Amino acid sequence: MSAGNSAIGAAMPLGPENWHESGAPDPIARHQHGLVGAQVSRVDGPLKVKGAARFAAEATLEGMVYAALAYSTIPKGRIATLETSAAEKAPGVVLVMTHRNAPRMKTIPSFLTAEKAMAGDDLPVMQDDRVHWNGQPIAVVLAETQEQADYARSLIRVSYDPEPAVTAFEQAKAARRPASFVGEPLKNDIKDAEAALSAAPYKVDNIYRTPRHNHNAMEPHAATLAWNGDELIVHDCTQGVAHTAWSLAQAFGIDEKQVRITAPYVGGGFGGKGLWQHQVLAAAASRLAGRPVRVTLSREGVYRVVGGRTNTEQRVAIGARADGRFEALIHTGVAALTKHNNMSEMFIFPARCVYSAASLKLAVEVAPMDMLANTFMRAPGESVGTFALESAVDELADKLAIDPIELRLRNEPEKDPISGLPFSSRHLVEAYRAGAERFGWNRRSSKPGARRDGEWLVGMGVATATYPYYRMPGGAARITLTRNGNATVEIAAHEMGMGTATVHAQVAATRLGLPIGQVNVVYGDSAFPGVIIAGGSQQTASVGAAIIAVQRALVIELLRLAGNASPLAGLGPNDVGSRDGGLCKLDEPDRYESYESILSRARRDEVSVEAEASPPDELTHWSMHSFGAMFCEVRVNAVTAETRVARFLGSFDCGRILNAKTAASQFRGGIIMGLGMALMEETQFDERNGRIMNPSLSEYHVPVHMDVPEIDIIWTDIPDPRAPTGAHGIGEIGITGTGAAVANAIYNATGKRVRDLPITPDKLL
Amino acid sequence: MTPFTYVRAADAADAIRLAGDPHARYLGGGTNLVDLMRQTIERPSRLVDITGLPSAIEEHKDGGLFIGAAARNTAVAAHPAIRRRYPMLARAIVAGASAQIRNMATVGGNILQRTRCAYFYDQAGARCNKREAGQGCDAIDGFNRTHAILGTSSFCVATHPSDMCVALSALDAIVHLKSRNCERTLPLNETHRLPGDRPDIETMLEPGELITAVAVPALSFATHSTYRKVRDRASYALALISVAAALELDGGTVKDVRLALGGVAHRPWRAWKAEATLRGQPATEEAFRAAAEAELADAKPLRDNGFKIELARRTIAAVLNQLKGAEA
Repeated sequence: MSAGNSAIGAAMPLGPENWHESGAPDPIARHQHGLVGAQVSRVDGPLKVKGAARFAAEATLEGMVYAALAYSTIPKGRIATLETSAAEKAPGVVLVMTHRNAPRMKTIPSFLTAEKAMAGDDLPVMQDDRVHWNGQPIAVVLAETQEQADYARSLIRVSYDPEPAVTAFEQAKAARRPASFVGEPLKNDIKDAEAALSAAPYKVDNIYRTPRHNHNAMEPHAATLAWNGDELIVHDCTQGVAHTAWSLAQAFGIDEKQVRITAPYVGGGFGGKGLWQHQVLAAAASRLAGRPVRVTLSREGVYRVVGGRTNTEQRVAIGARADGRFEALIHTGVAALTKHNNMSEMFIFPARCVYSAASLKLAVEVAPMDMLANTFMRAPGESVGTFALESAVDELADKLAIDPIELRLRNEPEKDPISGLPFSSRHLVEAYRAGAERFGWNRRSSKPGARRDGEWLVGMGVATATYPYYRMPGGAARITLTRNGNATVEIAAHEMGMGTATVHAQVAATRLGLPIGQVNVVYGDSAFPGVIIAGGSQQTASVGAAIIAVQRALVIELLRLAGNASPLAGLGPNDVGSRDGGLCKLDEPDRYESYESILSRARRDEVSVEAEASPPDELTHWSMHSFGAMFCEVRVNAVTAETRVARFLGSFDCGRILNAKTAASQFRGGIIMGLGMALMEETQFDERNGRIMNPSLSEYHVPVHMDVPEIDIIWTDIPDPRAPTGAHGIGEIGITGTGAAVANAIYNATGKRVRDLPITPDKLL
Repeated sequence: MTPFTYVRAADAADAIRLAGDPHARYLGGGTNLVDLMRQTIERPSRLVDITGLPSAIEEHKDGGLFIGAAARNTAVAAHPAIRRRYPMLARAIVAGASAQIRNMATVGGNILQRTRCAYFYDQAGARCNKREAGQGCDAIDGFNRTHAILGTSSFCVATHPSDMCVALSALDAIVHLKSRNCERTLPLNETHRLPGDRPDIETMLEPGELITAVAVPALSFATHSTYRKVRDRASYALALISVAAALELDGGTVKDVRLALGGVAHRPWRAWKAEATLRGQPATEEAFRAAAEAELADAKPLRDNGFKIELARRTIAAVLNQLKGAEA
């Protein structure tokens, strides 16, 4: 991309064919001054602002009826009596479905137990009289209006034969067992960490607790669906269209191709927008009633039907030498789950990669409870794991009288502490240095309680953020290029507000040498290629790799169509690059032909190809993680113990940033969710009967505007040479480290160490 | 929601006539009632919309205020005379709910709003003596971090959620009531009941009785008043503790004081004991703290809310100190 080429524009080579150890970096990763990295406003923004983006609960089908769900009020047992006749006779009611008349459905595999499994648990859905959690759906009412359905639901009378249930965590812990995640044990040992801890001259050893959290996406879960014979069409809000199609097909014993899921807009996902009972029940009721159905969960319904983050009890112990080097790092603990899912909150993941320690002991145990299946919620594992780990590091820094940033830098690992693999890209030290300077870390007093402004105690805290780079197999895409130079990329990916559609339009336009206005990325449809989940912060990499593959397939096809009369005759895909709406020879940019010219000569209106992303081999050769340094300043009221976050800075190292505007928003969103986790979010799970007592946004507190200070975001922008587009997904890292940064700042302000989230005033009085 | 009919009242007499059915309810802003209807906790047969009734805010010659019950909370908080002469009332209102809710909510409705106890709200899944007399109370041994510490009973430990009423309590507001045969007034401090063995009966209002207005008597030193609310987040959260206070000093001595607490009881809690302890005493931190101690001597903590006692002590003392400092 030398300046000499600027007159005719620089050619963009194709992306790598594979991600082998010796593979070349993606040329787009270092592409400067173009669309990639620019502050491009989201392409779906105007539609959303105008209310013209049609969400799942806004799809309208002819003859549609509305569903209301009734929920159990005991955690375990059998339905003894279920009186539905009053509901059946209520105005507008079309159907009351219970376990007595529900169609027979097969069990759906739970998430991560099969390639496309998407269900929160593997319980049968309304197939018998058994109750497995407090809040389980026990009846579905269909009526001509939502109001009629809701009213009829209130007329259902039920009684139960309860059975003993495990709804208290202490009781559940008695039956704890070692945990695994996707088949891999959540346990690591390097040397004898307990012995090293005992022998260490400096040590901290404490228990940290985090509560249950519930999903509160702005858009409550909804689906509008209809059967056409044995074909099911679902307008859904989901993070996995292909997964949801396959999973629903399992329930009804049909082929996955007979289920079409569309989810062009998803009003927030965070791990909660999977397959839960409401879609299955709505499809079953629709089949029974012979009418299309819309199901929209109330906010309470989301708490009853959709799992959230489970609670954890974590021990972190660190033994250190006087110079701060870690002799032992121990991170163990227990988290609740159910007998019907296997989502083990993997809070030890940060300790696997952030520090170098002479010995290591990491273990997660799980304790089954009779409750709604817990699930993924923004940085499962890392969000609560970094709270414990990074609080402990702060406590050790205090004990050693070493600056907490300096202590972290002294324990930077050279290579992956567990696998020994080299890091593909790790610039945490740079992130800390840049963040400390910008935040004014040198103004922090190392002595707690030293700064006061009237009634307010002021303190600063810092913590490391981290989240893995993942890329799951299954990325694929179709591209259609028309003679007039418009490209449409179809991919079964998801736009949940993160900016996916915008970012990949930028990337695809850059790869193709087209203006962004001529590239349309369409997504959110199971009819499109790809088995892609918008989860694990991996969608960016997955889509990125799919677009690389499909562009290569397109170029191969274009070169074939170009034939011998083209200036490109005889060239292969690695010889050419894109520029100015066409292709050219990389080292001879004048050997150029436009897409229009190629297609015209070939008498084609358009060309369409499909390709699969090359396998995620990068993950077998490199240890790949994102990092961040989180800086927080809090004010704690000396009278009332109310905490207000005054300033926050996130300094990130997440590879190349593809869109400065949407990235900053996504980092901020994660940090805001982290502030909620630190200070207020808590599901009130009544341990007497497993009932969630605050299923509402007025009683389940998330931050309001006044709780959110100005949040400054900076990044290293150093591309990861081993990742497609050089970028890491950034959806989750913002919530990691935030809880500890707040807790550490509170300690610095007050001298009080709270190890039990959320840090409400009563814990600081 | 249970089906109901809706009528709009032309005036107070019309409203009372239309609400003759014992299952009728008056509808103000609906910010609480409609929520309760969605939960089927309230199942009125008829809603009588009274938002067209008088909502004027009048200043009396003697300095008092007369507020039509249909006045929106936002209008009351924004009224220049209230902001100037009764800052505690304006501040209490803006400390409550959200701007959108305050725009809808009426003064009459605010007084009659019901507790936010989670067990009260869980119609299907929890026992509540307030929702159904004699059913039992799941809050007493459940999540009760936000619950009452004063005036509780073994039947109910819920709090009254209003911020506005805490200020009205301190200001000795008078509630004007109208029924088919009678017009009467009731001090706000005698309007709400303690739970006793019938927490389902929350106020001294007769069935069908309508709040038409609230009068706020003149109080010269109310200009020297404030409201402070302690909560779990910066906005849109109920009070853990709130304090409405007005202070009149004579040199370094407390000449007069008004003090009321929110978030501590089944009703807005007028701190009579603290006031009596303070009058004539030197306006010192120790005296403020002693007054708070006196008021909270009978406080009974539950599993999760013991912190409220110390929090109330601190907040009372801080608010009085602030008023003292502002006067000095």
